[in-house]
Amino acid sequence: MLSHLRPALVLFVLLAALTGIAYPLAITGIAQAVFPSQASGSLIVRDGAVIGSSLIGQNFTDPKYFWPRPSATSAPDPADSTKTVSSPYNAAASTGSNLGPTSKALVERVSGDVTHQREANGMGAAAVPVDLVTTSASGLDPHITPAATRFQVGRVAEARGMAEADVQSLVDRMTEGRQLGFLGEPRVNVLALNMALDDLARK
Amino acid sequence: MTLNGWLQIAVFCLLVLATVRPLGAHMTRVFSGERSFLSPALGPLERAFYWMAGVNPSKEQHWTRYAAAMLTFNALGFLFLYALQRLQGALPLNPQGFGAVSPDLAFNTASSFVTNTNWQSYGGETTMSYLVQMLGLTVQNYVSAATGIALALVFIRAFARAEGKTVGNFWADLTRGTLYVLLPICIVTSLVLVATGMPQNLNAYVDATTLEGARQTIAQGPVASQVAIKMLGTNGGGFFNANAAHPYENPTALGNMLQMWSIFAIGAAMTCVFGRMVGDTRQGWALLAAMGVIFLAGVTVAYWAEAAGNPLLTSAGADIGASAMQAGGNMEGKEVRFGIALSALFAAITTAASCGAVNAMHDSFTALGGLVPIFNMELGEIVVGGVGAGLYGMLLFAIIAVFIAGLMVGRTPEYLGKKIEAKEVKMTVLAILILPASMLGFAAVASVLPVGVASLNNQGPHGFTEILYAYTSATANNGSAFAGLNANVPFYNTTLGIAMMLGRFAMIVPMLAVAGALVGKKRLAPSEGTFPTHTPLFVGLLVGVIIIVGGLTFFPALSLGPIVEHFLMQAGQTF
Amino acid sequence: MTTMQHFSQMAPKAQRQRLMDPALMRRAIRDSVFKLNPRTLARNPVIFVTEVVALLVTVIFVSDLAGGGDAAFSGQIAAWLWFTVLFANFAEALAEGRGKAQADTLRRMRTQTEAKRLSDARSNAITKVAANDLRVGDVVLVETGDVIPGDGEVIEGIASVNEAAITGESAPVIRESGGDRSAVTGGTTVVSDWIKVRITAAPGSSFLDRMIALVEGAERQKTPNEIALSILLAGMTLIFFIAVVTLYGFASYAGAAASIAVLSALLVTLIPTTIGGLLSAIGIAGMDRLVKFNVLATSGRAVEAAGDVDVLLLDKTGTITLGARQATTFTPVPGVAERELAEVALLASAADETAEGRSIVALATSQYGLAQPDFAGQDVHVVPFTAQSRMSGMDVDGKEYRKGAVDAVKEYVRAKAAAYPIAQEFERAVEDIARAGGTPLAVSRDGRILGVIYLKDIVKGGIRERFGELRRMGVRTVMVTGDNRLTAAAIAAEAGVDDFIAQATPEQKLTYIREAQGKGRLVAMCGDGTNDAPALAQADVGVAMQTGTQAAREAGNMVDLDSDPTKLIEIVGIGKQLLMTRGSLTTFSIANDVAKYFAIIPALFLATYPQLGALNIMGLATPQSAILSAVIFNALIIIALIPLALRGVPYRARGAASVLRRNLLIYGLGGVAVPFIGIKAIDLLVSALGLV
Repeated sequence: MLSHLRPALVLFVLLAALTGIAYPLAITGIAQAVFPSQASGSLIVRDGAVIGSSLIGQNFTDPKYFWPRPSATSAPDPADSTKTVSSPYNAAASTGSNLGPTSKALVERVSGDVTHQREANGMGAAAVPVDLVTTSASGLDPHITPAATRFQVGRVAEARGMAEADVQSLVDRMTEGRQLGFLGEPRVNVLALNMALDDLARK
Repeated sequence: MTLNGWLQIAVFCLLVLATVRPLGAHMTRVFSGERSFLSPALGPLERAFYWMAGVNPSKEQHWTRYAAAMLTFNALGFLFLYALQRLQGALPLNPQGFGAVSPDLAFNTASSFVTNTNWQSYGGETTMSYLVQMLGLTVQNYVSAATGIALALVFIRAFARAEGKTVGNFWADLTRGTLYVLLPICIVTSLVLVATGMPQNLNAYVDATTLEGARQTIAQGPVASQVAIKMLGTNGGGFFNANAAHPYENPTALGNMLQMWSIFAIGAAMTCVFGRMVGDTRQGWALLAAMGVIFLAGVTVAYWAEAAGNPLLTSAGADIGASAMQAGGNMEGKEVRFGIALSALFAAITTAASCGAVNAMHDSFTALGGLVPIFNMELGEIVVGGVGAGLYGMLLFAIIAVFIAGLMVGRTPEYLGKKIEAKEVKMTVLAILILPASMLGFAAVASVLPVGVASLNNQGPHGFTEILYAYTSATANNGSAFAGLNANVPFYNTTLGIAMMLGRFAMIVPMLAVAGALVGKKRLAPSEGTFPTHTPLFVGLLVGVIIIVGGLTFFPALSLGPIVEHFLMQAGQTF
Repeated sequence: MTTMQHFSQMAPKAQRQRLMDPALMRRAIRDSVFKLNPRTLARNPVIFVTEVVALLVTVIFVSDLAGGGDAAFSGQIAAWLWFTVLFANFAEALAEGRGKAQADTLRRMRTQTEAKRLSDARSNAITKVAANDLRVGDVVLVETGDVIPGDGEVIEGIASVNEAAITGESAPVIRESGGDRSAVTGGTTVVSDWIKVRITAAPGSSFLDRMIALVEGAERQKTPNEIALSILLAGMTLIFFIAVVTLYGFASYAGAAASIAVLSALLVTLIPTTIGGLLSAIGIAGMDRLVKFNVLATSGRAVEAAGDVDVLLLDKTGTITLGARQATTFTPVPGVAERELAEVALLASAADETAEGRSIVALATSQYGLAQPDFAGQDVHVVPFTAQSRMSGMDVDGKEYRKGAVDAVKEYVRAKAAAYPIAQEFERAVEDIARAGGTPLAVSRDGRILGVIYLKDIVKGGIRERFGELRRMGVRTVMVTGDNRLTAAAIAAEAGVDDFIAQATPEQKLTYIREAQGKGRLVAMCGDGTNDAPALAQADVGVAMQTGTQAAREAGNMVDLDSDPTKLIEIVGIGKQLLMTRGSLTTFSIANDVAKYFAIIPALFLATYPQLGALNIMGLATPQSAILSAVIFNALIIIALIPLALRGVPYRARGAASVLRRNLLIYGLGGVAVPFIGIKAIDLLVSALGLV
């Protein structure tokens, strides 16, 4: 083993310098030069203030906004740092619920969200689009499905005093199709949609 | 299941197939020490490395010396990574000011990244500084992958050479793999990934004020450079806790496709390298075909199960039907932009290869959907597999298949003209035995100990599956998790760390011994009486042996985990 | 006609022993109990584990009896586990028994013989000693009626020897000093004349002794492939052990109390007991088949190697062609009638007692209606064949009739004063014959060449088809002959061999073998002469003829007691069949496990998770009956497969891919399906009888 020490040591140092320092720094440099916005996190800046990232979901509870999916992220409990409290869309600590299909907690949570969504959206006993009552993998999912927007259009229109058709047409405009026509799923970016709604209101 | 879903799966498969030959040809040239189109740029660098390290790349090593070199290098990497984490608080590039990583977590993480597992008992954005991510984790992502490729080359040479004594030079294989294969591809893919929206900066986390006026802290970092190698090297260790489900770590379906391709690219091309080096490309395609059959079977089951969804959610009032408006299915723990098809496909890919990155939470998969990744890993991740590791795992199974089949045609078994005798069988069995011993052994201990059960996030059979998944993933050097299990406790950090070491090195050493025994043998000429190992019949046989041996070994455990959970889920029982 | 039955027809001496002879059965049953000794069983890890588990369940049964557990259930499980071990032992004992029966016959010949030892090779002073006291190098005198006391080399004299004891051939053979017929075997009897023999094997290691030991299986060592397979089986046993032991932990997490008896039953049904139990029986039976075929392998390794052979070196004469060439046509030179040529040829061959000479006489008399010459009252002088003259003939009343090798006769004719020119047509005829693979013999009368006799090699009937079979099996045949290239090529084409070595010398054979091996091929050959020894030793399978020299017998790794070189082909078949039987039963054994899971796993956890009943696809009556049925099936299948293990799986000369497809279908898919049916049937019986 001893005869291997020199090559091991030297090559480790060289490869570490190459792949651990030179490579990430070079990529950072090129990325910042060529794709400055993406490389810095696709941040949305309005009036000089960062209001979020176009890639990261935000929590919305106000009836006049479309609501995102439930989020399982949490944050340290301010009262007791050994515990955590629910903190939806905590973009500094991504996580999913990790509840299994036969989890009682999952079924109870979904039932609760179903009731909440039905009541808030005045949808009676209609089945709720599944993405609207399930937590995403990251807890930061920026999107909801067109079905989930459809479910909320009435409520948002009512809260904003807009015609349902106007809201729906905005939603339709904001709906992104599959990439290249087949990749991924149709989706609506909740933050972008809500910003568009606000913009519409401001005009 | 939708037509569009299958279209995406088909496109992925074609994409991988398309690069098998060019990438395989390039790697064959590189590892044979021949010039490639990159030589003008990288040749001087490569020679400088050898000169400084005092290495003669054309001086080949006996398998024992090769193994010793490999172990020395990895031991060094382990110590360095452990130290780096422990000293993190005192080192630069730490904008969030993270403190030292705890000893058990540092041990676990060092084991994890050295063994190409990338199991993460921690959340990246809440634990590791940029320096550790780059100089610690990214470096190991590279060299553990290069180590895997080097080991596969040893195995390939064992078949390709006749009556040889040496199996190659570890230092040359390691350097060439990093310089000519991993680095160039990663430079390209990381920049493409940035274009799709992936961050690449050294900034502190950003504080945003949301539309509703709340404060949102958004983690940042040199993500793309690490993700590129994390996928290409089948490492899978996420920059962020949510791994490839995080919108920063996998912003779009297009980028997702590139990441999925990266996972399979080298592993699939290794079969081509194998075919070329043994002088019969059909042999490589046959292995790839066997991999393809098992892979597609897994994808089908996972996709079907996830699309069918969880009947418990339907009765709770959710609409899980697929339509033009939504993907439907089991969306718990999945992202809208990927939907069901890409999530199921990703789960099958990441566990077929030994990647372990996830773009959906496996813990929240339906019972049978979750069975696929766990079974993929239990088979030893031989479907494409970890870079290199997949090929030598598959070859070990091929040896077993050939041993039984060879007898059935009335000859003492041989594979590619190499007689399979007692020594090869012994070492092969030993290497294969490590997997169930560690996976099932540790899981059995953890599932009866209070300390093991205390970390569970789910009860009932699903809780047991969390434990089984953890040790399966660690032993198979996958790194994905039923992430509800809170593994960041000394018991799990330690036992999982050991499982990762066993799964890598306790398998590698007998595997190298097989290679060492084979390389010295004559290559017998094939005849009508030797049964051909490039035909559909052999592919079928190989698949059968893998499924039967794997199935028989793990069926009892699975029956108490995902299988019974499936029936319980259908019956509407919760825990 | 390409099956093993075909092979056995080719061997009239292969005695058909009944597979299940009652006497053999009795002895095998007794032996299978003796074999329970753990020290004996430890050689076989799979069955050893079964025995340990059987013991464990027996202990549980006893404690159930005392403590009021379900003793009826654990008792039956224990009983069937013991049966499993006994059945495996029985299979081995039966195979050994069949070998022993043959060994006993052989041993009878080895009854104390007295030897007449000479103080040295030249003396005639005899000391009578027991055969067992002879040492290597001793010289003994063996006279008419004496049994040859040990293996040796004839150093003086010539005698006819009855070797029926080992070959079964009743016609005596000639043994003489020097040359290729000098080896004698202990236990054979001199029937006329006397010989002096130098003993070459120490007592207890003579040919006969080795043969006895081999067929008895007493010192049977595992063959290399058997060792490799045993390792694989041990590995699988270990894997299943892990799977079952950890199941105990998993079950306790689920809150299910997995009973040790049931887990034990699960373990035994999963580990490959079927192949584990039959493995040594298969090996012994394979050796046995070879011995019955009158071929003796010096090691099991050689039998396995025979299955791998891909190049067969076959001597032309005796193997590919009938021993002697035959005259087929007379071609006269212009101006000579065919009948006239026939007459001359007849006279030239009248005194020639060789087969070729006789065939000339036969052709002349049958085709031209010539009468056997009557030399009464004539002045007849026979000219015998010599190596120098290379011709023979007869002088009758001063006329010289000759026939012989073409150049020799030409020389002889030229030397005659009244030289006749040699016709162009003659030269052409000679060339044609040579090109066609025949041997031309020139015929002359009084120094004039009258024509040529076409001596033809007669290729054995059906040999072409057999070579075709071999080719499909992937075995190349190479003809070895002393003929020139032209002749050899023609015969090779007619016989359908893949290659030939013409004008072969022992060195050439050796070179050819080395080259083939260098290209990665395994070579088999047979030989008898001392000069064949290096090639025999170099070949992967070297079959020495029993009639050959001691040197040849030592160099080869098999001895053919019938000295029939054709057998090489059958030997390859036997080797392949042995390996196929092993592989097929291994596949069958492993495939069986699928059904066992579906029987036992739902039964094991039905109390905790009733939903697992969905896996009970066989619809077995109760958990207990399911488990018991699986264990019973596992034991009975060993018994059911004993005939197959002893006889070997049917073997056909086909390409590997086709053989594999067929065997996979029968033993792979069949192995999956059979236990589903078997376990269900047993379950019906078990619940009908109310056993649990």
